[in-house]
Amino acid sequence: MSHLLLLIIGLSAFWVLLSGFWDNLLLLSLGVASVLLVALLDWRSTSSNPEPYRLAVLHRLPLYWSWLLVAIVSSNIDVMKRILFPRRFPIDPQFTRIPYTQHSSLGVAIFANSITLTPGTVAIEVDDTHILVHALTGEAARDLARGEMDRRVTRLERCEG
Amino acid sequence: MTILLDLVSWTFLVLGTLAGIIGAVGLFRFPDFYSRVHAAGVTDTLCAGLVLLGLMLQAGLTLISVKLMLILVFLWLTSPVASHSLVQAALHSRLKSWRRNGEGE
Repeated sequence: MSHLLLLIIGLSAFWVLLSGFWDNLLLLSLGVASVLLVALLDWRSTSSNPEPYRLAVLHRLPLYWSWLLVAIVSSNIDVMKRILFPRRFPIDPQFTRIPYTQHSSLGVAIFANSITLTPGTVAIEVDDTHILVHALTGEAARDLARGEMDRRVTRLERCEG
Repeated sequence: MTILLDLVSWTFLVLGTLAGIIGAVGLFRFPDFYSRVHAAGVTDTLCAGLVLLGLMLQAGLTLISVKLMLILVFLWLTSPVASHSLVQAALHSRLKSWRRNGEGE
């Protein structure tokens, strides 16, 4: 229920920010109608498949995002180095399998998306225990295998209490 | 103050453009499809991020900045999905990958 409430608040804020209309009654009521429609669709699609949402993820997200931002910038610099100076910094593309420790499908999705978002590694396939990853260099593959990103995502998705 | 703001914003814009050009060069330099995806990732993340940040500084504290921020968030949430499905499709159709020591895999 709190999830639905949060969704309605979030969607309303999103609508107002995008439209910038505050005082036109017709447009506002159309906005309310579209928010309610989306909330209804979400309620229908999640009530048949109740994976418990962990709202606590939301307040841990800023910390993870700031860490991810640093990781994105540093891996960008590494990839650009290899584009500009291929002799001094040769590439060594390889496939590797990275174990993951998240329990929810949301957690695995965040982990796989983060792997792909950092240049130099792309998540290809997820099975029960591992993620198949294509890495541009052995270094990038070893970095990922060291598991810091995995630990951070697991901490992000862990249940309350 | 406005000069300082302009200076910072233009620095971001120029750096972002450079990142985009480097990503495009990588698209030509890298040997196979799989590694080219990584070069495209530079354009997706750093180039787009820096250019949007520079534009946000130009727009100041307005609704336009909020929209630019939302563009960045949605771009960073969705572009990995596109890269992932491209690479997965390539792997499923058994596209060979380039190896450093010369043999395909």
